[in-house]
Amino acid sequence: MGQLFAVEIIYRGVFQKTLAKNITRGIVLAAHYEGKPGISFGRYGDSPERNGIPAKSFAIVASDDLTLQLGMAHYEPTQVDVTVVLDDTLCKGMESWAWGGLHGVNQAVKPDGTLIVTSLEGPEALLQMIHRREKPYKLGIVKAIASFSGMWIYKDDHTDVRILGAIAKALPELMSIESVEKYINTKLKSSLKATSARTAYERFGAIEIEPGRGNAEVPFRFELPKWEEMPEGVSIKGQPQGAPYADPVTGNVGGFRPARNDKFKKGTTRTTRPVVNFETCTKCTLCWLNCPDGSFDVAPDGTYDPDLETCCGCGICEAVCPVENCITMVNEAEFHDNNSQWLSFKKDKAGYLQWLKTNIHPIEQRSYGFRYRGQYAEQAPAALEIAKKG
Amino acid sequence: MATLTLPVEQQKPPVEQEALITGAEAIAVACKLANVDVVTAYPIRPYDTVMQYMSQLVADGELDCEFIVAESENSQFEIVKQASTCGARTFCGSSGIGWMYAMEVLTVAPALRVPLVALVGNRALDDPGAFGVEHNDALAVRDLGWLLTWVDSGQEALDTALIAYRVAEDRRIFVPLAISCDGAFLTHSQSLVKVPSAEQVKKFLPKYNRGDLLLHPDNVISVAPQANEDWVMEIRRQNYGVTEKAVDVIREVYADFERIFGRKYGNPFFEEFMTEDAEVVLFGMGTLSIPVKVAIRKLREQGKKIGFVRLRWFRPFAGKEIAKALERFSAIGVIDRDLSLGSPDLSGVVATELRSAMYSNASTRPPVIGFIGGLGGREVTIPDVEKMAEIVFQAAAGKTQPLTQWIGLRG
Repeated sequence: MGQLFAVEIIYRGVFQKTLAKNITRGIVLAAHYEGKPGISFGRYGDSPERNGIPAKSFAIVASDDLTLQLGMAHYEPTQVDVTVVLDDTLCKGMESWAWGGLHGVNQAVKPDGTLIVTSLEGPEALLQMIHRREKPYKLGIVKAIASFSGMWIYKDDHTDVRILGAIAKALPELMSIESVEKYINTKLKSSLKATSARTAYERFGAIEIEPGRGNAEVPFRFELPKWEEMPEGVSIKGQPQGAPYADPVTGNVGGFRPARNDKFKKGTTRTTRPVVNFETCTKCTLCWLNCPDGSFDVAPDGTYDPDLETCCGCGICEAVCPVENCITMVNEAEFHDNNSQWLSFKKDKAGYLQWLKTNIHPIEQRSYGFRYRGQYAEQAPAALEIAKKG
Repeated sequence: MATLTLPVEQQKPPVEQEALITGAEAIAVACKLANVDVVTAYPIRPYDTVMQYMSQLVADGELDCEFIVAESENSQFEIVKQASTCGARTFCGSSGIGWMYAMEVLTVAPALRVPLVALVGNRALDDPGAFGVEHNDALAVRDLGWLLTWVDSGQEALDTALIAYRVAEDRRIFVPLAISCDGAFLTHSQSLVKVPSAEQVKKFLPKYNRGDLLLHPDNVISVAPQANEDWVMEIRRQNYGVTEKAVDVIREVYADFERIFGRKYGNPFFEEFMTEDAEVVLFGMGTLSIPVKVAIRKLREQGKKIGFVRLRWFRPFAGKEIAKALERFSAIGVIDRDLSLGSPDLSGVVATELRSAMYSNASTRPPVIGFIGGLGGREVTIPDVEKMAEIVFQAAAGKTQPLTQWIGLRG
């Protein structure tokens, strides 16, 4: 058997679908200049046509056709040489759209393999999100604002070629930077992009992550039921009704918390989360009524508290909220737990309001991706500065 | 308080009535006796005579049900599918391309475990537009989890419709069931049919109880979600389990039918005619049984030891029992009123299935000759049957015969 290489791209549905495909195609085509056959594919069981949903693309390259077949015989590689995470908020783990539990982004990386993340953060911040594992691996960062596009548009911000350059550095046996440049010059016909790839190649470095380093949370998993345990008729048991709950300060019981499915959490679809100012909330009900996922609890005092395990971060609540700065969508990377905001507000009102004032409301850049026409043009100068710094 | 005493006549066991009705009407009578809740109709020959009769029953106040004329067969089956999940006993049906137009719903219904009972008035699939019988319409769902039965008389149509509700609504089954009646030969010809009393039917057929799968605000379930490869195989296995159990359930229900109504069908899965000392047999489904039986009697008079086996249940295909019953003959001729284009030996569907059942279950390998005949409603004549018998006897004598032969074809 010859050599077999696998690269996995973890990306966000719709926003990064084209980007992920461009990277895996680039890998296969660049490696092919070195006489290696390869294939590129998106994980078919994903649902990449849903906004923000975590999904995977793969490139498999081999030294020869027979070895490639060995790699193709699996539905998806479970061991990869390189995992690329195209949005750092994915470092909290990914849930497949079809109830697979939570999977750490470093789960498939081989012991000597590399995890590459596009992020503005440093390794320490990322390791607060990336789950611990027993085997060591390497972590490298490509400094960038996560590149988000839409279903019909592609933001050509050089993320694709910068990642290719980084992979060539992390795994030169797969493809050399010269092959990457040849691919870019020949197929993409852009010497500027070739320069971007070369720069990323030169700047990229990865650090060793020892076993046990990282987020201590044990990723949520469950056993899939056997066929005779599943309800018949392609049916799913509904959840029991929810119930009122107690105010931790006054002890008053009130409000309503719906019962939620304990297996389908959906939280990792989120790139931004709603942060609520319970002081200015007028209890108008609009967020609660409009939330497509029923993610709001009615708190005992009548305000609305988002359940962050089920919230997918769509931002509809922010859009319908009539009070300025009452609901604010904030980059998910700012947070390290899914705890109830209302509870922390109740326990320490002054502290919560101060946190809102110092940490939340100064944030101008609340989202990335295309939310309105012209947004990319506005982002371009800042992105360029980041890229220059490397 | 005075004791209420019934008049003597009313204390007697209920008696069957006799009626001169078509096969389609016999099914309607059974639906009335089964007190169906939701009926959906859309016109297409030849099944639709059943709906004319059903609407008459509703108009006359003899049957209280929702009678919905849908705007297509697709909606017709969709409506009963939904109604069935809500606990309604339903009836609908179609023919030929009408049945095919409902295919999307026919496909999903078995996995949703809805015990629909449908009448297929068998009709040739277009083109050319033709009314006559062919079995490829109902057979199109043969791999999808439907239970499929063919009847050959008005009496059997009525009885089988009652049996159908009992089988389909058995909690171990809960899958849709289609009763096939040959277009014209059965749907449009009237015969004397014994109609059982409502009391007898009540004893035989309990209320449809959807139990844990009932779609109702008091039983909160979500039906038919999207699923990926982690879930589909287990769902398929559940439907596979139904077909595993169906043979036993059908046998139980026929035994109960015999106990309550006193009419005997013998083996539920197939009828044997003059087979005891037969050397060879013909094998087929539906009303071709009538010319075949007449021809066999004639051949018997000439001393030819031939019998006939009529298949009642195509799904489940009781492969083990059928193979055990047929392995004793030295040759078998299967008459298919259908085609399985491009199949092994280019035979019809029934011949292909029977060969498969014999291969895995029979201890002998009698030649199985496939005959394609009676397509598009063409008559299977007595001389046709004699010709087929001759070919099968030749095969039994060791003379190699083509494995598939067309009968009654010009040219």
